[in-house]
Amino acid sequence: MYDGGKIITGLILFVLLVTFPIWYNHGNAGAVPKVELPKVAKECVLPASEMRTSHMQLLNEWRDKVLRTGDRSFDVKIGDKEYQKSLMNTCMQCHISKKKFCDKCHSYASVKPYCWDCHVAPVE
Amino acid sequence: MFEKALKGNSYYWMWLAFLGALMSIAAICYLRQYNYGLGLTGMSRDVSWGLYISQFTFLVGVAAGGVMLVLPYYIHDYKAFGKITILGEFLAIAALLMCLTFIVADLGQPLRMLNVIIHAQPGSMLFYDMIVLNGYLFLNILCGWVILTSERKGIHPPKWIYFFVYLSIPFAVSIHTVTAMLYCGLPGRHFWLSAIVAPRFLASAFAAGPALIVVVALILRRVANFDAGKEAINKMVTIIIYAALINVFFVGLEFFVGFYSNIPGHKHTLQYLFFGLEHHGHIYNNLVPFMKAFVLLFVVGIGLISLPYTRYNKNDIWLGLGCAAIFISFWLDKGVGFVLGGFVPTPLEEVVEYYPAANEIFITIGIWAMGAFILTVLYKIAISVEHEIEA
Amino acid sequence: MDKKRRDFLKIAGVSTLAGLGGTSVIGQMLSGSTPAEAGAAKEVSGHGNEHAPAAHGSNPHGSVAKSGKRLGMVIDLRKFRENPHLGEKVVEACHSTHNVPDFPNKKDEIKWTWLTEYEKAFTEHSHYYKDHSTLDHEVLVMCNHCDNPPCVRACPTRATFKNKEGIVAMDYHRCIGCRFCMAACPYGMRSFNWRDPRAGLDMNTINTRFPTRMRGVVEKCNFCAERVGIGKQPACVEACGSSKALVFGNLNDPNSEIRKVLKANYTIQRKPSLGTHPSVFYIV
Repeated sequence: MYDGGKIITGLILFVLLVTFPIWYNHGNAGAVPKVELPKVAKECVLPASEMRTSHMQLLNEWRDKVLRTGDRSFDVKIGDKEYQKSLMNTCMQCHISKKKFCDKCHSYASVKPYCWDCHVAPVE
Repeated sequence: MFEKALKGNSYYWMWLAFLGALMSIAAICYLRQYNYGLGLTGMSRDVSWGLYISQFTFLVGVAAGGVMLVLPYYIHDYKAFGKITILGEFLAIAALLMCLTFIVADLGQPLRMLNVIIHAQPGSMLFYDMIVLNGYLFLNILCGWVILTSERKGIHPPKWIYFFVYLSIPFAVSIHTVTAMLYCGLPGRHFWLSAIVAPRFLASAFAAGPALIVVVALILRRVANFDAGKEAINKMVTIIIYAALINVFFVGLEFFVGFYSNIPGHKHTLQYLFFGLEHHGHIYNNLVPFMKAFVLLFVVGIGLISLPYTRYNKNDIWLGLGCAAIFISFWLDKGVGFVLGGFVPTPLEEVVEYYPAANEIFITIGIWAMGAFILTVLYKIAISVEHEIEA
Repeated sequence: MDKKRRDFLKIAGVSTLAGLGGTSVIGQMLSGSTPAEAGAAKEVSGHGNEHAPAAHGSNPHGSVAKSGKRLGMVIDLRKFRENPHLGEKVVEACHSTHNVPDFPNKKDEIKWTWLTEYEKAFTEHSHYYKDHSTLDHEVLVMCNHCDNPPCVRACPTRATFKNKEGIVAMDYHRCIGCRFCMAACPYGMRSFNWRDPRAGLDMNTINTRFPTRMRGVVEKCNFCAERVGIGKQPACVEACGSSKALVFGNLNDPNSEIRKVLKANYTIQRKPSLGTHPSVFYIV
């Protein structure tokens, strides 16, 4: 291999550089964000653990059902009560603060969903 | 082979630096557009495609034009084109990269570009355009590179490459046909709704593409000590003359159909483009100067490249000017008039004129500069290889 | 390379290309749209049946459940002439319901429905010696929700599509902003978000039950799919009160009110010669 030394040094430097945030924070992930839960309801449309991991899939599913297949039936249940499949008209009616709920985790995980480019967040 | 592009005289580097500067300006302008939206262009809900798409349409033709070198050489075994076929293939690469960049610059949501593949729609002509443009780009990179590498090694190209060379010929025709189909399949846009759009596009492409190659070949003779050969240039000029005449003949047919049938919808855009369209007491004519220049440059260009005195003159400047005139003329026809004119009048028979904004003009110039940059580098490689073989 | 091999390769190249094209692809192209939902749309088309029997019949792609619906509208221009302020009221109702921004600069303009002169709405009709009331009054125009929509055919991502109720809908999540649909629409009913639409909206007074759009996507009248889907009338129809200036309903139901209105009145459509089969009818 030509210039083997240079290549290997370069690779090591590269790996160090991209993993810099981990070294810098000593592997500490920082304080886990605390979201503000709704006061009016105890349960969500799915158990909290499922919502935490897959609310985005659920929202995409709702979107496609409502918009593309035209299924706008009120078939989302919390207990016995039925709700519309809607981010603005269902989710955000309980989770009245985007800043204290959505944004908390999203900024922690550095994800920038474009939901709010169109969908209107509750007035805070 | 890329190392060939890294050795050049100071003019070479100055030229690349100049193009690089234009590209940087365009990059800044594109960032502005990306952050604000396409509102920074002159487009509106009535003229919803502007400079970007019109340049795209013209450059597809330039890319397809390269086939006028490939076809005689590989199908008819016309040896004189042996040395310059690579110029045609590399021109196609540069032109196609410009096309794709223009499309991306025109998208409102460029990040979602891959939706065209993820949610592929075989009913949409844009889907086929994506396939043939990328396919033709791939074929030209492959064929150009493999054949040039073999030439450099002084061996015959591998036989399998000829399959792709022959495949690239129908692809060249298809890129411009499908691009024409973007327009000629739309109901309610009378000017575009014409079966002659695709043949007209091809004729104009087969003139404009080779015309550019002749101009570049004449420049290369002076600056890079590269001689394309008298016979090759002469044959290309013949091709340009016929293709150019056929293109203008087709434009003439559009005039006949519109004005003899006297159907208003068929006349409006032609009137708007060439004479100015009167509407509610106001004459709209912002494209008329461009169309007049199209006709004038065509007449001048065809004269310069047909008349024996200028065509075979020892001083090839006349021939170069003639080919440049044809190229610019057909750019005005297809790269300005065809797309922009098609939006006048609007479906509600109003007249809304389009004036490109400074920001989009700079982006357009920058993308052209990018094409010139790529072309320069590719031609530098091709010519250095030629010189190496000769040496 | 020897001569024979060259010839062979020529033939091989051409036949491969023919194979690549394939009949199935051509079949799909001719059917005008993609398999699943499009097939359903064609099956339910009432209008399409009468005018294009060839397009009807066995559909190799039809697999999605059909609602048998085709929503349409009758616009009674006589009522709009009787009540000169009704048109503006209707436009206002639509635009405020759907958070359609208001940009004073014509270049940025976005509109879903608006009033325009008769000669602009009906470009194919004769405009010589028109009577006063036709010349003096404007016509309400909106997306025609064509049964054979050219915009849907043109869209490379199916961001615009015909839903099972016959509404030509937009999926703003998917639109790439190529504006092919705007070039394809022969009625000029589509608008593009040239800039952030929220700059043209008062965010304190918008309808918080309906989203805005983002920049870089195309938008247009959606026949109030969001209201119709939950059993309400479109906002424009509601704005007309009991005047019956706008009648909305299922064109495929022979007993629907809209069919009765169509039976009792002479109606016209915009640019019928283009074969798009608009679902919006006008009583002049």
